[in-house]
Amino acid sequence: MVKYLLKRIGYIILSLFLIVTVTFILMKAAPGGPFASERALTPAIEAQMNEAYGFNDPIHEQYFTYLINAFTFDFGPSFKYVGQEVTEIIGRSFPYSLILGLEAIFIAISFGVLLGVLAAVQHNKFGDYMAMVIAVLGISVPSFIMAAVLQYIFAIYLQVLPIARFESFAHTILPAIALATTPLAFIARLMRSSMIDVLNRDYIKTAKSKGLSERVVTYKHALRNAILPVVSYLGPLVVTILTGSFVIEKIFGIPGLGSEFVVSVTNRDYTVIMGTTVFFSVLLLFSILIVDLLYGLIDPRIKVTSKEGDK
Amino acid sequence: MSKLLEVKNLSVSFDTYGAEVKAVRDVSFQLNKKETLAIVGESGSGKSVTAQSVMRLVPTPPGKFVGGEIRYNEENLLQKTEKQMESIRGKEISMIFQDPMTSLNPTMTIGKQIAEGLIKHQNMSKKEAHLRGIQLLKLVGIPTPEVRIKQYPHQYSGGMRQRAMIAIALSCNPKILIADEPTTALDVTIQAQILELMRQIQEETGTAIILITHDLGVVANTASRVAVMYGGKIVETGTVDEIFYEPKHPYTWGLLGSMPKLDTEQEELQVIPGSPPDLAEPPKGCPFVARCPYAMNVCSDYMPAYTSVSSTHEAACWLIDARAPKVDIPESAIVEGKDIYVI
Repeated sequence: MVKYLLKRIGYIILSLFLIVTVTFILMKAAPGGPFASERALTPAIEAQMNEAYGFNDPIHEQYFTYLINAFTFDFGPSFKYVGQEVTEIIGRSFPYSLILGLEAIFIAISFGVLLGVLAAVQHNKFGDYMAMVIAVLGISVPSFIMAAVLQYIFAIYLQVLPIARFESFAHTILPAIALATTPLAFIARLMRSSMIDVLNRDYIKTAKSKGLSERVVTYKHALRNAILPVVSYLGPLVVTILTGSFVIEKIFGIPGLGSEFVVSVTNRDYTVIMGTTVFFSVLLLFSILIVDLLYGLIDPRIKVTSKEGDK
Repeated sequence: MSKLLEVKNLSVSFDTYGAEVKAVRDVSFQLNKKETLAIVGESGSGKSVTAQSVMRLVPTPPGKFVGGEIRYNEENLLQKTEKQMESIRGKEISMIFQDPMTSLNPTMTIGKQIAEGLIKHQNMSKKEAHLRGIQLLKLVGIPTPEVRIKQYPHQYSGGMRQRAMIAIALSCNPKILIADEPTTALDVTIQAQILELMRQIQEETGTAIILITHDLGVVANTASRVAVMYGGKIVETGTVDEIFYEPKHPYTWGLLGSMPKLDTEQEELQVIPGSPPDLAEPPKGCPFVARCPYAMNVCSDYMPAYTSVSSTHEAACWLIDARAPKVDIPESAIVEGKDIYVI
């Protein structure tokens, strides 16, 4: 187990190195710089700024300082927000995104799985068709339209939930739902097809032949076997939620990390780009590792470790 | 001989796109206490559907019970609610399936899978069920059951999984054990072990067994009575000796003829030419008419009635009718004691 984990963490570091390198190349390849704005600076000042921030150094030297910074998680100050460290920006905005993301993931998984199971149990009956209509709608409607519709219904028309900002739990409900819709629908479809497959397996017949009730057969025997495809979707789900959060954060006026990430790119705010990229990558790589560990927990046939004595 | 289970005029159909497949048509048989009834027939003859009907495990829809009765304990199982059936399945009647590789839940330990039935039907605690599980595994011949009970199906070999299946099926001391081709997916040596195990368990517990198979060798070794099925119907029933030594139905002759003989000089195995009838549109008369070398005009229009040959032996064939020409059993279907390989 420890050996496996060390190996996986080794791979994570390797992936991070590649991601950081590619980000650096792309960052440098894109025209413009942090000080190129509409109100042009005088050439003398710009030259001084470039010198001060090390942009005049040879490219490989810049790359090495950048690498060292990345791995010590010290990204220096932002170029745009004067006097703010990158770590400060992340520390300030990430909690919003984290709460929103976790809520959305929770909604997507719990309702997606439920909808998929209901559809499978009701296979080719009314409940199945209803669930799949909802799922197709969920996949087809983009999150920003969903957000606007939700805002109109719940905040303006019914006036039961706040329309924007992030101050209390009630504020998080609408953005979390909007963010969760697409992955929810996707999970429902995944769950439905894998559940239908599992319900036709022989061991389900065995379980029924023991006299177990429909409910026990569905939830104790079928669900655990059918949920694997959903678990493997968790990695991509984290990405969808993270990148999706940018749009949703904008619409609901939430000062989250998603918007910082995108704004930093358009601003050529090199240190913030680097910081957020590394941060998101670490998050993603670890969530994939967790998914792989979960896999082994759910299905004993999938071995993440090779214990002695097992064949 | 006291009756334990009686199936009367059972008909089961499946609704498929555009057609109703009549998988089981007017099947009647009975099972006595402590006996082994073998149901033989080729693929698609309705054996498994008949067996699964007894447990009411036929998925409805697409399946539906068109008519008939399944009487157990003076009650018709077809009229029971799903809840009532749950207290019969696993407790009174249990089942072993064909493929042990796929009939155990891969994400649950063997111990849990055995315990489930015990907890449900015998109100055992988890601990009691665990201990009983160890006993059961020992009974079916699994070494070091204390270790094995905590393992998952993928850690078992094929034969051991079938043993575990038998342990699950036997856990609540059922009156009837339905074994749906229990040895088909196993290799021959394991087959023999499993059959021996079933025979042993029957002696110890007195469970009646319905054995579904297409292997006449298995029948000869384990069954006391045989029902031969073809095209959704039972065409001949009798004791093992009657079916093997005095078969009356040409289909039974064909089956016996296609059994490999030990002393034969023939290079090729014998087959019954043709293929079984399409049960979406079953023939009006005898289902075997298209493949029967002795078919007469009457056969294609009228289903022959069951004619008793002895008190335990009956067959549905026009050849038994007094007006039919006399036909002798073909030489290929004559079975001598030495032809049946004893396992």
